[in-house]
Amino acid sequence: MGDVLTMGIDVGSTTSKCVILNNGSQLIASSLIPAGTGTSGPQRALDAALEQAGIAHGRLAAVTATGYGRNSFEGADHVVSELSCHAIGAGALMPGIRTVIDIGGQDAKVLRVGPSGKLESFLMNDKCAAGTGRFLEVMARILELDVSELAAMDEKAAGKVNISSTCTVFAESEVISQLAKNVDLHDLVAGIHASVAVRTAGLVRRLGVTAPIGMTGGVARNAGVVRALENELGVSISVSPLSQMAGAYGAAFYGWNKTKE
Amino acid sequence: MNETIEKKPAKIVLRELQDKIAQDAWDAKQRGEKVGWCASNFPQEITTAMGIPVVYPENMGAAVGAKGGGQRMCEYAEGMGYSNDLCSYSRINFAYADLKHCEELEIPFPDFLLCCNNICNCMIKWYENLALELDVPLLLIDIPHLDAMTCDADRVKYIRAQFDDCIAQLEVITGKKMDLSKLKEVMEVSQRSSKAWLRAVGYMSAEPSPFSGFDIFNNMAVACVGRGTIEAAEAFEQLADEYEALVKEGGSTFKGEEKYRILFEGIACWSNLKFTYKTLQSRGINLTASVYGPAFSFLYGSLDELMAAYAYVPNSNCFERELQLRVDDAIKNRVDGAIFHMNRSCKHWSGNLYEMERQFREKTGVPTVAFDGDQADPRCFSEAQYETRVDALMEIMEENKKEAKA
Repeated sequence: MGDVLTMGIDVGSTTSKCVILNNGSQLIASSLIPAGTGTSGPQRALDAALEQAGIAHGRLAAVTATGYGRNSFEGADHVVSELSCHAIGAGALMPGIRTVIDIGGQDAKVLRVGPSGKLESFLMNDKCAAGTGRFLEVMARILELDVSELAAMDEKAAGKVNISSTCTVFAESEVISQLAKNVDLHDLVAGIHASVAVRTAGLVRRLGVTAPIGMTGGVARNAGVVRALENELGVSISVSPLSQMAGAYGAAFYGWNKTKE
Repeated sequence: MNETIEKKPAKIVLRELQDKIAQDAWDAKQRGEKVGWCASNFPQEITTAMGIPVVYPENMGAAVGAKGGGQRMCEYAEGMGYSNDLCSYSRINFAYADLKHCEELEIPFPDFLLCCNNICNCMIKWYENLALELDVPLLLIDIPHLDAMTCDADRVKYIRAQFDDCIAQLEVITGKKMDLSKLKEVMEVSQRSSKAWLRAVGYMSAEPSPFSGFDIFNNMAVACVGRGTIEAAEAFEQLADEYEALVKEGGSTFKGEEKYRILFEGIACWSNLKFTYKTLQSRGINLTASVYGPAFSFLYGSLDELMAAYAYVPNSNCFERELQLRVDDAIKNRVDGAIFHMNRSCKHWSGNLYEMERQFREKTGVPTVAFDGDQADPRCFSEAQYETRVDALMEIMEENKKEAKA
């Protein structure tokens, strides 16, 4: 059997991710554009992945779209929810995983994956977007930091400042008032991470803590949140270097499976 | 000339009957009769037997929501000072009571109020507020929360005493007398209606179900407002017969193939009814289990059993009994999954929903999903979030079916 190239594109609320796999396992290309659904992001992510792989679109055996903007993406052979794709992607990137925590731009999900890698059950945050990637972006902006700098700040924290508000807008005011009190910035970042962790851990507990646990989505890149979640749940959490690409990876894998049917 | 007169489908008969009941109340008001506003699970046997016209603010709230006026009316009530955390039916009703106008639907103003807290304990405050604002008497039948699986004799005695007192007070307020032989007759007719309605919705257990489960939301209004009338009994019997015939033919009012069967928990999102339905229907997902519609049926023989029947309204029951109802329903109707509506209006329903979902999932083994919404306030609902949850549920149900076949 020759090479079968499949593409997965995860059109998120704030980013677009694209992965090309060869025969469902060999990563040929991956791209991430910080612009999500309704923007040029999806097309740019697709173009970047094709360029990186050095192939024309016609070489793709299947394109699978997932993510918040999956239904508005044109040219997909398959459309699959991000919940299934994150379960598949996490299973491929972190074999044996049973619980997946995925925190994206505007939602948080907890997935229970069966021993065979099948999505069995899931919970998502309610309509409120507190504790999601957007929440961290808002907090980083007030602290005059880039969101990518939060993890390093957290690492140097000696304690943590309690952030009690659930609402992003009120939490923003709370952080500003803490800044006015000249609290240690590192401790403030640790407090912000802890507030995300407490909220997410509630979802995990509702579904049931089944180890091993892995984390996907953009927030998985923030080691401070991962650490805070580990502390909150009392278990270690695996993170793959490709965790943010898990949805797109799962979509490409799904497409490959479909080509075999 | 073809003189055959085609029989109207039951759904049309029910819709016309609903309109007639509403018109009857307007006509009675016009004649100077006393008209009441009534809670949805108040023992209608009393008012029907006494010939007292009543209308239902909850039904009005649902209809206003379905016709697109929910947000406007809720926002008006919030402007009056009511919190947006309150039930949207109550907010729509408070707005109507103040505005005395609603372009989507109007009901005659009340001369008295009939509240029964078996559907919702918070409703007492809603009706107390109306009584003050509209300066009309409020009669309350208090159904104690059922903290056991069965209704005992003490509860029956307590409810019966209120039932008798309510009749006495209504005689004074309306000038109409209770005729016990008429009450017996209404009880018998109500049994016919309830049994026929339960027979109709019971056909959901057939595969495929002979009807789209969302039809329940359209047909249930008469079960609520008119089950004590002979016309309702006949319409529900016709509906049940139509479903029975469809089962024999293997037909259904559900458009497309019924690929998946689900339990839908909670009140419909009336303001988003079309979207919530289409999202399911376009994926071949049919609603084949719900405790909401069948809840508007009451089975009893004697007067004491009637009292007990009103204590068994699901919202008035302990968690264990509520859970058992849903689990039994899901098993009987062979569902592949369940959707739980986190109805932001309803403190009772949303208060225990996550735990209900968790225990339901454990006991039935079927996948579940919860989504945020509201019975009549569209601001609590997100189409994209609903769609994502439904897609994921469908994908799990699909995989489960593949595994079962393998």
